[in-house]
Amino acid sequence: MESTPLATAPSCVTEPHSDQPVIETEKLNLFYGDFQALKEVSLSVAPCRITALIGPSGCGKSTLLRTLNRMNDLIPRVRVEGRVSVLGQDIYAPGADLVALRKRVGMVFQRPNPFPLSIYENVAFAARVHKTARGAELDELVERCLASVFLWDDLKSQLRSSALDLSLEQQQRLCIARLLAVMPDVLLMDEPCSTLDPAATQGLEDLMTELRRQYTIVIVTHNMQQAARVSQDCGFMLLGDLIEFDKTEKIFENPRDPRTDDYVRGRYG
Amino acid sequence: MLRTRHAFDEELTGLKQELVKMGAFVESMLDRSVRALEQHDVNMAQQVIADDDVVDDLDLAIEQHCMRLLALQQPMSRDLRTVGTVMKVIADVERVGDYCVDIAKVALSMADIPYFKELVDIPRMGVVVGDMLRGALQALVHEDLERVRQVVEQDDEVDRLWYGLLEELITIMEQRPDTVRQAVQLVLVARYLERIADHVVNVVERVAYMATGKLEDLSSHHVITPHPEDAE
Repeated sequence: MESTPLATAPSCVTEPHSDQPVIETEKLNLFYGDFQALKEVSLSVAPCRITALIGPSGCGKSTLLRTLNRMNDLIPRVRVEGRVSVLGQDIYAPGADLVALRKRVGMVFQRPNPFPLSIYENVAFAARVHKTARGAELDELVERCLASVFLWDDLKSQLRSSALDLSLEQQQRLCIARLLAVMPDVLLMDEPCSTLDPAATQGLEDLMTELRRQYTIVIVTHNMQQAARVSQDCGFMLLGDLIEFDKTEKIFENPRDPRTDDYVRGRYG
Repeated sequence: MLRTRHAFDEELTGLKQELVKMGAFVESMLDRSVRALEQHDVNMAQQVIADDDVVDDLDLAIEQHCMRLLALQQPMSRDLRTVGTVMKVIADVERVGDYCVDIAKVALSMADIPYFKELVDIPRMGVVVGDMLRGALQALVHEDLERVRQVVEQDDEVDRLWYGLLEELITIMEQRPDTVRQAVQLVLVARYLERIADHVVNVVERVAYMATGKLEDLSSHHVITPHPEDAE
């Protein structure tokens, strides 16, 4: 195993009641040039829970998600102020190891983006690059990751087929399996069901609930019903502010802030 | 950008109005059942008994309306609490209707028998309980927490009347065994009225929940000791 500057997250299976935050942001500001997309956002993400970020288009929820594994670094003229810590370490500190960060904190995107390779090679890709497994170990890794996303039984006889021939739902599951192969602690999901039909969405929501047993998940969704169904904690964002963050049932049954109330009742956005 | 959901808002307003209509109908049953008892009015008592079917139909129709709103509109936050409240409250109001029928049946059973004493406390209880029911419905329509508080206080008064009447009737029965058959029936009526008041308190508890999101047992804050001398 190569060394990593990040600690290992508490296991959700062995320490189900650990309440040490996995992710914390403190007075986080983010600017795209002169435009301030995040304003003093302070957020604490608990382990082995699904945290949903909701809010109207342009409220900053995807921007916030992308700060959590520094995906915004790829955008020109981005400036970040404040602190983001993952597993207790400041990920914006000078010299932070971005490769290690993105292994610990993986991202699932709106559109599934499998590599134009076989199903097997998609999952094995990272292990081959990092030389963390080979031969039978690699086979075992691929089976374990595909099984974790409930694809193994369906695909075990066609592992050499192109990943691009799979259905959209299977492709999205495969992309999650590809993340699991690098043993992350956190899965960030940016509207992961937006291209899926209702049945496939239900399937992916069930998968999220299963994955929560071992991983901490943060999901951005436009679909309030989805946030209500799958998440345990929920944050409502508006114009770059995190207006309210609470248990999901509180947000949808009796939110504190009238702006949250307007939004979840369909009166805003 | 703020926006409205006109059609859904109208549906919610309509739902509350249906509940108010059901409540007003049951309030009328309550008034008529107590008057039928007081005035030995057989026709009035029979009409109250027949009206139970109307209440049952309203109960079902409103419940179906709630289920339709939940399925089709997926209400959240205050809207969700409103629909949930209406679904709970109709069960209490329907039960009040059942107690009115019970009172009407007692009125029928005693239609030909003169009372051994003039009925005073039972009509008084009927007035207070009717006022509570009316107040609870107003509180629901206007989300009026002050009216909620008043209804809870009125329940204390009903409890006092109930325990006072119970003591009085027990004393009479001990002294005059010939009154037992009738007195027991009157005890039952007083008990029905006291139970109606409890159901009305359930209604205002739900109204408070709808308005504030906090669910509290309001009646427990106003515990009446049945026999103060036993309290120590």
